[in-house]
Amino acid sequence: MTSLSYAGINELAEAVNGQRLHNSALDEFRVVKLDRRQFLKLTGVVGGGLMLASVAPRAHAQENAAFQPNRYLKIDSEGIQIFAKNPEIGQGVKTSLPMIVAEELDASWSDVQVIQAPIDSDAYGFQFAGGSMSIPMNYMTLRNAGATARSMLIQAAANKWNVDKTALSTRDSHVVDSTSGRKLSYVELASEAASLPIPSAGDVVLKDPKQFRLLGTRLTGVDNEALVKGEPLFGIDQSLPGLKYAVYQKCPAIGGTVSSANLDEVKKMSGVVDAFVLDGNGSAMELLPGVAIVANSTWEAMQAKRALRVEWDESNASKDNWEQASREANRLRLESGQQQVVNQGDIDAALESGAGSASGFYKYHFVSHAPLEPQNCTASFKDGALELWAPTQTPPQAVGSAAKIAGVAPNKVTLNQMRCGGGFGRRLYNDFVCEAAAIAKHVGVPIKLQWTREDDIAYDLFRAGGFHQMDGSVDADGKITGWRDHFITFSADGNRPVSGGSLGPGIFPHGLVSNMRVEQTSLKWTNRCAAWRAPGSNVFAFVVQSFLHELADAANRDHLDVLLEVLGDPRQLGGRQGMHTGRASGVVKLAAEKAGWGRELPEGRGLGVAFYFSHAGYVAQVAEVSVGEPEGATSENRSGESVQRRKLHVHKITAATDVGPIINLSGAENQVQGSVIDGLSTMMDLSVTFENGRVQETNFDRYRMLRMPSTPEVGVHFIETGGFPPTGLGEPAFPPVAPAVCNAIFAASGHRVRTLPISEEGFYLA
Amino acid sequence: MSLNLKVNGAVHTLSEIDPQTPLLWVLRDTLGLVGTKYGCGISQCGACTVLLDGKTTKSCMFPVASVGDSEVTTIEGLAGPKGELNALQKAWVELDVAQCGYCQSGQIMAAESLLRTNPNPKDEEIDTAMASNICRCGTYLRIRQAVKTAAKQSLSDDMGGE
Repeated sequence: MTSLSYAGINELAEAVNGQRLHNSALDEFRVVKLDRRQFLKLTGVVGGGLMLASVAPRAHAQENAAFQPNRYLKIDSEGIQIFAKNPEIGQGVKTSLPMIVAEELDASWSDVQVIQAPIDSDAYGFQFAGGSMSIPMNYMTLRNAGATARSMLIQAAANKWNVDKTALSTRDSHVVDSTSGRKLSYVELASEAASLPIPSAGDVVLKDPKQFRLLGTRLTGVDNEALVKGEPLFGIDQSLPGLKYAVYQKCPAIGGTVSSANLDEVKKMSGVVDAFVLDGNGSAMELLPGVAIVANSTWEAMQAKRALRVEWDESNASKDNWEQASREANRLRLESGQQQVVNQGDIDAALESGAGSASGFYKYHFVSHAPLEPQNCTASFKDGALELWAPTQTPPQAVGSAAKIAGVAPNKVTLNQMRCGGGFGRRLYNDFVCEAAAIAKHVGVPIKLQWTREDDIAYDLFRAGGFHQMDGSVDADGKITGWRDHFITFSADGNRPVSGGSLGPGIFPHGLVSNMRVEQTSLKWTNRCAAWRAPGSNVFAFVVQSFLHELADAANRDHLDVLLEVLGDPRQLGGRQGMHTGRASGVVKLAAEKAGWGRELPEGRGLGVAFYFSHAGYVAQVAEVSVGEPEGATSENRSGESVQRRKLHVHKITAATDVGPIINLSGAENQVQGSVIDGLSTMMDLSVTFENGRVQETNFDRYRMLRMPSTPEVGVHFIETGGFPPTGLGEPAFPPVAPAVCNAIFAASGHRVRTLPISEEGFYLA
Repeated sequence: MSLNLKVNGAVHTLSEIDPQTPLLWVLRDTLGLVGTKYGCGISQCGACTVLLDGKTTKSCMFPVASVGDSEVTTIEGLAGPKGELNALQKAWVELDVAQCGYCQSGQIMAAESLLRTNPNPKDEEIDTAMASNICRCGTYLRIRQAVKTAAKQSLSDDMGGE
């Protein structure tokens, strides 16, 4: 038996989250401005990266009445339809992307019907939800799509009225002749517009952003009414005639295979239609070996799964053990790292000659995505064709993988994109789609595969845990002179770190301090790890922004002063994709001002600040907390250490954000508040641990998320710095939460938190 | 066995149903009322919250046979006969509460039960009533605000719109 292949996990995450794509998005912004005739198209993942290609605009002018100059909108007697191209996972793109089209179209939002676009890479390029990329990758394309249609509608009215188009303007889905006051609706003009040639780029004029009527305002989500009525929007809600219900049991330790199972017994159970073994295809991202059960109802399938007894061959299965890994990291932390990531100046001399210094061993646990909708997929295999109803973040990849599993060409696979009950990166990976495809093909009737919550957590692709030995120095003036980070991470092959568990040269404060060394060492790990909301940044921010505070304290200086000093004069670091220190300072100052930094606080209460740049967004947060005295009574944490319980009250978190111009103010504010609450929930008590390869916490009784009574006030402020394109907001507000709260805990109590979740150090929320 | 189930004002006769089947799966798989969601299966997340004679019940662990003569209300039963939204649903739409939206039917049902017994709840009372429901996206602040807005609206409607 060969071991599992992890090929593709890192590539996919890097492609959708990494620098390369931000690079591409910025290229798009630049290129589209230069030459609007080019329609940019992103093709699939090739050689680990996304490739840019140019394709000619589609000629489309039809003789029928529907006006559809491009794939983003359609106007006919039914009204105005705008197509939302990317998966909706809670980040709001089903509303915000169509807003951009409607803005340039000058359509009244109440006239617009939003339709989820079909999954069609030829028409739409790469369709996905990840890396906070939907807005930056599509902003200019969608503006052009709307503006092209608007200019054709104006021409259509000019033809009808036999006037020069320069005399005409648009407003609220109408073309208006200001000299006579007459007007025609877009619907009335659709037929005429459909007969016109698509104008050349020079004839399409984009709005001056000062004229925007929709962008930057508060609009409510287009699915809101359907949601509050309980209509079937999600993958889990789908049904088909003759539908059967499937569950799939995999080895509790990843990499195990089926030796035998009590299939005959299971098949006799009430409602069970079939039970069979699937071998898996060797890819950890696609189909793991297991036992499928198909039944007449979800409940009967779940009952049968409980009665299923499988003998697993675990000779190649995961033996991962969190406690053992922690001990190993503790042993390795003071040794040299396997790989050097940054080596600038003379770090050894700097650390030796410092007037002050700080050292600390930081540690964070593995966590699960745990979207509230457990993984599921409905599949029907008929006459050599596969149809899928999938809540996925990467539909084209799902099509490719499912085609492979079903043994058909990708053009024989149709994927219906479902609204996702949360994503957070989990649904970038399509193992649940592959399982559904394999089961549907085997049984020959349509099935809905349903993972239990326990499946969803146990077979997640986790955010990896990690360890950092931090050492730093300050000079007699209190300036930071040395910064050293030995990062101990995990790797499937013992060498290349897992996705989301790799430090790069962009790590803060590279480029901002003169002597710095970053090294990393990998521990072997078999369980799957992958992108989790703000990959890398979601943990690195905790380490580096906490340690910056440690050095400020070593210098006996105000943390805010040191942070602003480190950021320095406004300038662009590391090219166009790097951080702009002026934008960084801008959000830090705004958060500090709004939170009342420096004011007198009662004993036991403190403010903490943290800043992070991720996914092209700049976010600073100030947390205000109260910390109780240690309560004396000790309890054992997940690492077997004895800790004193200590009450934490998070009063308020104030966030200042710069992601360029805001598209939908309601959605943007919701993303920041949600990220802050997710950040607090995750840092407080979320952890999955492993014993003999098995996940120990597989449901919400032991994986305890934050609830309403512990929710702090969250202040949300935006800065729009002139001249920068809009960027995404699904992720950047997450990373600063943990360091801001931990820095506030230090300010309030003098206790330096160096472990996530902080329940490991005894803290619990009031 | 066969039993009668009262849901949103209609009576459904279920034949050949395992009496231990959780109400959740009867609603979803048998009756096609999929607004009630599966989240954890162990009464921890509240996504499956429905009302039994007005009281919140986690349908994922509640055997269908135990419903008896009680009236089940699901998210599909809140709107008026012509589909008009009730005060909570309206507030949820207008305050743009949802992100992914998956937990929200359970949240709304928990809020509905609260407002039926306590039409003008204080913040702490809202927090306590909603503590059984997880929102993975973290929309708690807007949920709390929507409950308050709906309460205010309902009180104002009761007083003749002032």
